Amino acid sequence: MTPATAPLGRARLSAGRWNLALGTIAALVAAYVIMDLGAGGEGQAQFINALTIGAIYALIALGYTMVYGIIELINFAHGDVFMVGSFVSWWLLTTIGFSGAITDPLLLGVILAVGFVFSMGVMGVVGMIIERFAYRPLRNAPRLAPLITAIGVSFILQNVIQVGVSNSIVTTPQIIPNTTLNIGPVSIRAINLFIIVLAVVLMAALQLFIGRTRLGRAMRSTAIDRDAAQLMGVDINTTIALTFFIGSGLAGAAGVVQGLYFGVTVFTLGFYAGLFAFTAAVLGGIGNTTGAALGGFVIGFIQVIAAVYGYGVWSEVVVFTALVLVLVFRPTGILGQQLGERA
Amino acid sequence: MTGRRGTGPATGGTAPGVRGRLSRALSPATAFSGRHQSLTTVVTFAVIGIILPVIVLFPPFSGFGTQNDWVGGFADAGIFVLLAIGLNVVVGWAGLLDLGYAAFFAIGSYTYAYGASPFTGVHIPFWAMLPVGAFVAAAFGILLGAPTLRLRGDYLAIVTLGFGEIVPAVFLNASTLTNGTNGIVGLDQPSLGRLFGVGDFGFTNPWPYFATILAIIAVAFMLLSRLENSRLGRAWVAIREDELAAASMGINTVTTKLLAFAIGASTAGLAGVYSAAKLSIVSPDQFNFTVSFTVLAMVVLGGMGNIWGVAAGAFLVFELQSQGLKQLNTFIGSLGLPSFQLGPITVDLATINFLNYQYLLYGLALVLMMLLRPEGLFPSRRRRRELHESPDEAERGNVELSEAEAVEP
Repeated sequence: MTPATAPLGRARLSAGRWNLALGTIAALVAAYVIMDLGAGGEGQAQFINALTIGAIYALIALGYTMVYGIIELINFAHGDVFMVGSFVSWWLLTTIGFSGAITDPLLLGVILAVGFVFSMGVMGVVGMIIERFAYRPLRNAPRLAPLITAIGVSFILQNVIQVGVSNSIVTTPQIIPNTTLNIGPVSIRAINLFIIVLAVVLMAALQLFIGRTRLGRAMRSTAIDRDAAQLMGVDINTTIALTFFIGSGLAGAAGVVQGLYFGVTVFTLGFYAGLFAFTAAVLGGIGNTTGAALGGFVIGFIQVIAAVYGYGVWSEVVVFTALVLVLVFRPTGILGQQLGERA
Repeated sequence: MTGRRGTGPATGGTAPGVRGRLSRALSPATAFSGRHQSLTTVVTFAVIGIILPVIVLFPPFSGFGTQNDWVGGFADAGIFVLLAIGLNVVVGWAGLLDLGYAAFFAIGSYTYAYGASPFTGVHIPFWAMLPVGAFVAAAFGILLGAPTLRLRGDYLAIVTLGFGEIVPAVFLNASTLTNGTNGIVGLDQPSLGRLFGVGDFGFTNPWPYFATILAIIAVAFMLLSRLENSRLGRAWVAIREDELAAASMGINTVTTKLLAFAIGASTAGLAGVYSAAKLSIVSPDQFNFTVSFTVLAMVVLGGMGNIWGVAAGAFLVFELQSQGLKQLNTFIGSLGLPSFQLGPITVDLATINFLNYQYLLYGLALVLMMLLRPEGLFPSRRRRRELHESPDEAERGNVELSEAEAVEP
């Protein structure tokens, strides 16, 4: 009883494409108005804040959705991979010896590039190791088994950071200068612009990779029917390992962004971030990468709107209520096309 | 993979012989316990209740604390035993992964706090609050389950995880109703009026609590093990093994799953009432996700589906965590081992606090159990078969057919 999941990659929208675009614009305008009313004219800053937070969730959600799409596993450890990623970038930046903003644009660019490549690479490899030892042996076991190992891996990652690195909040160097750019009527802090652009670039690259390359095709075919893909000569193990590499790498990138934007990280960070990002993946339609990105931004907006209206402490309640409602009324998510096994 | 396969045949070769001889030797006892299940349960718990406090009078246990310390610890362990056998109904029997089980524990505790504390001014006796707590928790179980039990297993896991976070968050944030972070304090202690000669319930006298939790667990055991072999219990197993087949055999899957959820929740409610009364305080931070995950680890380690195994697993994990790690610290410290270099890290075993590694150990235990012995330490027979010989393993075509597997038959 192999459930038919939505294929990874481009959402197969035909007539719905225009509706989606219009719907997105309408939702953004509505969100802006709601925020502007709540924040007393500070709507623009909050809007950009929501986009930035949403971008972080979207990057994490992509990892959830890719892994779910290909092996139908909720990778509980993914949030903690993100958390470890934030510690990797913290370690790198403090080891190189930066504590404040870097004003030289060339140096800043180099450091950022090194930071992202390093953190993404390390986390990608960590993700592959987790897959190899905790999930691959259980690929044909009952569903409960890999889910429980995933929880175990999550415990391990948290405890390793807690005991090995820090038991409390650590401060990450904020190397991007706190300058505000004015682009037409929009004034945006450099860091927000950087994060949003970076997230969009990474997502676009992922879409191109999944949609246009040979390996991407292998991933999509493995997601649709593992056995058939194998018969067609796809190396399943390599493909799944690659999926974990990319997903965890994106979480690593999100970890760097977390450090740059919030300036802090803590070993428990992964739990909520992971839950929220998973909610984002489900909201968008799990298994669908476009949906995961969209869901990430939706969660970002929900959280910021809740905070703007003074219900910041309730944001998790709001997000989970949203999750339950989506699962009950539209289990395939916003963009989910094919129905899962009674999803 | 090879580890799991490698150990399988070896134990499989010796176990039937030993088991056969054992079961023949014990056959009158087995026959008796089969006929008088509840009586056996009561006797067993009475024996446990006598043996445990006696054992701790002897070394090495006597060195770790006074008898009262130990009995108090056992009374706390009982909370987790109760939680574990309740979660076993949901996870072990019905096969629904509930990751927010602490929510029902919290609901039970707060129910007691509302029913028996100066906070509300209501003072209902503990004994009356036990069924009330169980009932309220069960009601919340149905409330959560009704919309979500239609979801497939892993979605359910996430929804329950979310619920497990929402409930403490509500208790934390709705501070006018719940006194927020500080929680509700000064809850009534149970009282029996010196009925069984066990003296007053109090902070310094753990014996009445120990007796109470033993009694609660014994009753829960009686009811649950009767359920296991009932029509409902068989329906749970059927759903767990193949929901579609179960539905086509005429089982109402939603009702059956709801019942599993409600019964599991009510057990957590009992545990909540008891724990609130024992601690005399409830606060939101007692119920975070680590509680849910700890109980899950206990169920998995003990052996999903086997109520005795799960109870033993919970007891062992609790004692290892509360006593074992502490004693390991003292023990390793007393050895005076020299520190050594492990790459860039200096390892000084004498100063390592093993209590810090609790969750690492849980995590490793969960992963290793799933890889090497997914049926747990004390497996139920059915669960072991299911986990080792998954029927669709053959259908789906094993991706990596290792040599060990190839020669296994």
